[in-house]
Amino acid sequence: MPEPMPPEPHISGGDRAAEDGAIAATGLDGTMDLAAQEGESLEKRLDAPESGPEGKPRSLWSDAWRDLRRNPVFIISGLAILFLVFISLWPGSIASGNPLQCDLSKAQEGSQPGAPFGYNGQGCNVYTRTVYGARVSVTVGVCATLGVAILGSVLGGLAGFFGGAGDAVLSRITDIFFAIPVVLGGLVLLSVVTSSTVWPVIGFMVLLGWPQISRIARGSVITTRQNDYVQAARALGASNSRMLLRHIMPNAIAPVIVVATIALGTYISLEATLSYLGVGLKPPTVSWGIDISSASQYIRTAPHALLWPAGALAVTVLAFIMLGDAVRDALDPKLR
Amino acid sequence: MLLEVRDLHVEFRTRDGVAKAVNGVTYSVDEGETLAVLGESGSGKSVTAQAVMGILDTPPGRITSGEILFQGEDLLKYKEEERRKVRGAKMAMIFQDALSSLNPVLSVGAQLGEMFTVHRGMSRKDARAKAIELMDRVRIPGAAARVGDYPHQFSGGMRQRIMIAMALALEPALIIADEPTTALDVTVQAQVMDLLAELQRELSMGLILITHDLGVVADVADRIAVMYAGRIVESAPVHDIYKAPAHPYTKGLLESIPRLDQKGQELYAIKGLPPNLMNIPPGCAFNPRCPFAQDICRAEVPPLAEVDEDRRSACFFWRETLDAAASSGGPRA
Repeated sequence: MPEPMPPEPHISGGDRAAEDGAIAATGLDGTMDLAAQEGESLEKRLDAPESGPEGKPRSLWSDAWRDLRRNPVFIISGLAILFLVFISLWPGSIASGNPLQCDLSKAQEGSQPGAPFGYNGQGCNVYTRTVYGARVSVTVGVCATLGVAILGSVLGGLAGFFGGAGDAVLSRITDIFFAIPVVLGGLVLLSVVTSSTVWPVIGFMVLLGWPQISRIARGSVITTRQNDYVQAARALGASNSRMLLRHIMPNAIAPVIVVATIALGTYISLEATLSYLGVGLKPPTVSWGIDISSASQYIRTAPHALLWPAGALAVTVLAFIMLGDAVRDALDPKLR
Repeated sequence: MLLEVRDLHVEFRTRDGVAKAVNGVTYSVDEGETLAVLGESGSGKSVTAQAVMGILDTPPGRITSGEILFQGEDLLKYKEEERRKVRGAKMAMIFQDALSSLNPVLSVGAQLGEMFTVHRGMSRKDARAKAIELMDRVRIPGAAARVGDYPHQFSGGMRQRIMIAMALALEPALIIADEPTTALDVTVQAQVMDLLAELQRELSMGLILITHDLGVVADVADRIAVMYAGRIVESAPVHDIYKAPAHPYTKGLLESIPRLDQKGQELYAIKGLPPNLMNIPPGCAFNPRCPFAQDICRAEVPPLAEVDEDRRSACFFWRETLDAAASSGGPRA
């Protein structure tokens, strides 16, 4: 043996005994025993400082979660997003009154009890409208991201895995979509829509957003597909679907999650942009974009009506981008 | 005969031309037999194995002709779905680097258990019990406690044991081990080889051991097939080859093993480089590097001549090579 058995301060007596017991139980010949034991203890020594107190198995995801919990950026953005989700689910809990009930006599009034953010040009309570506007932003952001991530990773994943003609066609289609300017596309496509719900806007974002994710998923799947363990799974009789779903996707999905999280913020600001331009959401839907648009006419006389929804929008987008950044830091093995 | 590869040709179409990786390989393995396939990188040993397993990347790879008879049936005539059922259940493969051959996001128990849930339709719980049993069998200490651990938590030797366990899970008739010990320390290499050899005996499987480590071969192989430029140049029982090689390439390989009595001297090396597979020299592919090459070697491809009953050499001058080796007492005597 190249190394004598050293005393191991890292390993507690209990551990050692348990390990010996386990080895004895397998009933091996002496030399093998020693060798196996040595390999084992060496490894324990190496692992000891890293593994948690319970020695729980560590995986990419549990590692990432550990990193995230210690990252102040994640905690701040996470709390902001939790708060945002909370007010979009229960806006009534922190804002009284109806965002659609406006009183023209109070138009452009400043901060006062019951209306900490003042009133806008139509005499609507800015505070109430800002709180209620969160729901639309979060809905659009989350739904568009989910749609984009699912569509993009399915198409990109299949193209990357099977390659060939389908891949070539898909890659050219994504190129075509990349050539469409988002705002221009929105002006053209959404101007013909009459529905005042959020769904046309979400649909438009998924339509223009999936190629980005698809490209990333495709690249990631191609890289992962070349790993030995995929070849090994194939050599042990795994089917295509099993290789793709169980061996490739879990290893290839991290970049998709990162990009999707960052993109979530941009979808929220895109919704505001489209609403501002008058092709996104339409009144009576309460949205930050609509409020920013209408308040911009009174920017000299009532800037507060513009600043509050715009500030809420900026903070929300920032929170999601920060979250995406933190997730990327945690999932990127190169930064370890 | 468990496996018979007959006149197999594999080529790869690349941008720069067609690379002929395998040019008429013929070999066979019987139950309980260990065949060592020896050769330099690029000699076609791994490609042949991938063709046998049916995991060749096609395209760019393509099997242009030949037969792969497994338990009497030509696998090349199988449909992909039938082929898949053979893989893992009847033949399995062990790869060189166990860390990269195990999925990093799945616990080893899940990966071992997968063999049983997929091929045998077992429940997850039963599969887990089987996984522990297998880990015990390949002597992983504390198997029950470690079944939920991830590949990176195991040492190199332990990971290779897990790969062996996966390959053996369904007790296949044939195992192909592609340089199973190359990535391991020398001491661990011996343990892993011993384990593999022992399990092979126990289950009386055929084993194809792909390697370029002549030391490993001497210990465990029954027969050796030496490959060069996609062809078998010599095949013989292991002792015959070590006693007296019948092909100049084999002779060169054996002479380039470092030996204790040569301490301080320069190591022998076969001159030149392996041929470019897109442009294999005419005649015997080894002729540019061969010290015995004659005109005929540059003109004709030497057939795999019968040296004796179970020994073949693809050299026109195998007699002379054999005699030279015998008179000098052989490279290892």
